Amino acid sequence: MRARRKEPASDAAVAAGVRYAAELLGQQAQAAWNMVSEADGQSDSIASHAQRELEQIEKQIAALDAVAGSNQEARRQLHNLHQQLETVRKQIHAHTHAWRITELARHPQRPYMLDYVQRLFTDFSEIHGDRAFGDDQAMVCGMARYHGEEVMVIGQQKGRDTKEKLARNWSMPNPEGYRKALRAMKLAEKFGRPVLSFVDTLGAFPGLGAEERGQGEAIARNLREMARLRVPSIATVIGEGGSGGALAIAVADRVLMLQNAIYSVISPEGCAAIMWRDAAKKDLAAEAMKITADDLQQLGCVDGIVPEPEGGAQNDHDEAARLLDVELQKQLRALASLSPNELMERRYERLRSLAQFFEG
Amino acid sequence: MSWFKRESAPLDAPGEKRVRTEGLWVKCDGCRQIIWKKDLDQNLNVCPTCERHFRVDAQRRLELLFDDGQFEVFDNGLRSTDPLSFVDLKAYPDRLRQAQAETGLSDAVINATGKLDGRHIVISAMAHNFIGGSMGAVVGEAITRAIERALQHRTPLLVVSASGGARMMEGIVSLMQMAKISAALARLDDAKVPYISLLTDPTYGGVTASFAMLGDLNIAEPGALIGFAGPRVIEQTIRQKLPAGFQRSEFLLQKGFLDAVVHRKELRPYLARALNFMAAAA
Ligand SMILES: [Zn+2]
Repeated sequence: MRARRKEPASDAAVAAGVRYAAELLGQQAQAAWNMVSEADGQSDSIASHAQRELEQIEKQIAALDAVAGSNQEARRQLHNLHQQLETVRKQIHAHTHAWRITELARHPQRPYMLDYVQRLFTDFSEIHGDRAFGDDQAMVCGMARYHGEEVMVIGQQKGRDTKEKLARNWSMPNPEGYRKALRAMKLAEKFGRPVLSFVDTLGAFPGLGAEERGQGEAIARNLREMARLRVPSIATVIGEGGSGGALAIAVADRVLMLQNAIYSVISPEGCAAIMWRDAAKKDLAAEAMKITADDLQQLGCVDGIVPEPEGGAQNDHDEAARLLDVELQKQLRALASLSPNELMERRYERLRSLAQFFEG
Repeated sequence: MSWFKRESAPLDAPGEKRVRTEGLWVKCDGCRQIIWKKDLDQNLNVCPTCERHFRVDAQRRLELLFDDGQFEVFDNGLRSTDPLSFVDLKAYPDRLRQAQAETGLSDAVINATGKLDGRHIVISAMAHNFIGGSMGAVVGEAITRAIERALQHRTPLLVVSASGGARMMEGIVSLMQMAKISAALARLDDAKVPYISLLTDPTYGGVTASFAMLGDLNIAEPGALIGFAGPRVIEQTIRQKLPAGFQRSEFLLQKGFLDAVVHRKELRPYLARALNFMAAAA
């Protein structure tokens, strides 16, 4: 050992040594990623554990850097390792990001539809019932005044306590909820009032009665009728935008999303169960489905992102409502300047050019 | 004695109607009879014994509907660009390539135009054998173009649904197709151009919750499974068994969500009759 120290190591030996070390560290980085990607639940704590591991690897790279000196081959090895580390770091961040947002979107203290109604409108008068079957409390509709103007307000309402959750059916509407919403929209159209909708649902309720009463038909009809409603409409995804049950009140002139809201074709758990055959892979599914506001804006599926208070809307309901107010006013003013025909033309163009991802 | 028990066991799970062998004969899941494939083909893929309607692919569907089986396809060959770069256990582009190789289709729908009982008609037929007939950007665009073509020429439109619903691998892009198609259907409706929706086995999810339920007439083949949520999801939610015949076309007819359940043999006469009613009075 002592004898070898005195001799400067040959270039080849340094390169081989560094390559060996780099390989080991690369495997460690990969293992850190595997740990995160294969985690079932508690992915946040596992991810921070993995990030700490990456920091350790980073330190060892710095040590190897000194050994490598000016050896070209060794430097190249370390450079590659460094890049691998960056990739893993990004993967881990992306992997946990979408799920973190999902948890914020579902945060129990997050403002719900009526919290915004209380702060944004005056003279709110709820209207009930679909005139055919009943009154679905998962869907709330009502006349309201918005900065002096009459508007129709529509949205899914979550419950705060067990009793309200039950009454609101966890904000998963039945067909009569969608039919009530449509009735409210037609009423708004008749009297020339804008429609402001607030989306916050895991999805339309998948129940026996819902199927018997035509859940599919109720949603389908709303999509078609909203597309040709002759008054301005703005839909805002304030929490969860769950599939057709969300879209059924979100075909509008403008679709906004709160910064920490999600909007997707199926819940991350549902997607994981189908595509990975394992509901615990929900964070993988959340990432893969691209469900955050930033994702949706990049895909051209929403028109604007509404900022939230520091850390999320749950931290300050008043501020969350104020930030939404700014954006709603701006959008409504722009729409108010259009004639009904212009409005209809532009809405159609917007819907017709949505999500065009094909070739040939 | 256990084999006796097996003989009297309930039939296969709903929806299992696919052909069991590649040979010259097939077993009917309705009556368990062995049927010569040729007999089945000549009988519009309906079991001669129990009338069970076997699934037919999109190409065959078009041949069965148009006069003399003659039609011209249009706007076919569109391909998905994998908007989410989606990878689950397999990469989406690989799934697409596999489905394209297996079916000879570019995606889950064929648009065609031709005549039915001497009248011009546009037909979009969904292909359930292409990733479950799921709807992504290509299906959305193709059906929208079929609607636009019907509108432009004031030609009646028939859409034949056969789909599990949204294409998961296109996520939100898939959901947006429901809005796009429904908006186009609103224009077709405003223009009073006839639109008939034919729901076949199976029709679910975002397809049911958009164009499949928006026909001037919504009709279905006997025994077809039709719904918004899948039966398994419903059972998990309500924690009880679903009644017999749940989500079959006869169930929907009884609940008031179909105008008619029409035997495959009667489809052409039924459509001809309906189109006659819907033709603008001279
Ligand atoms: Zn049979």
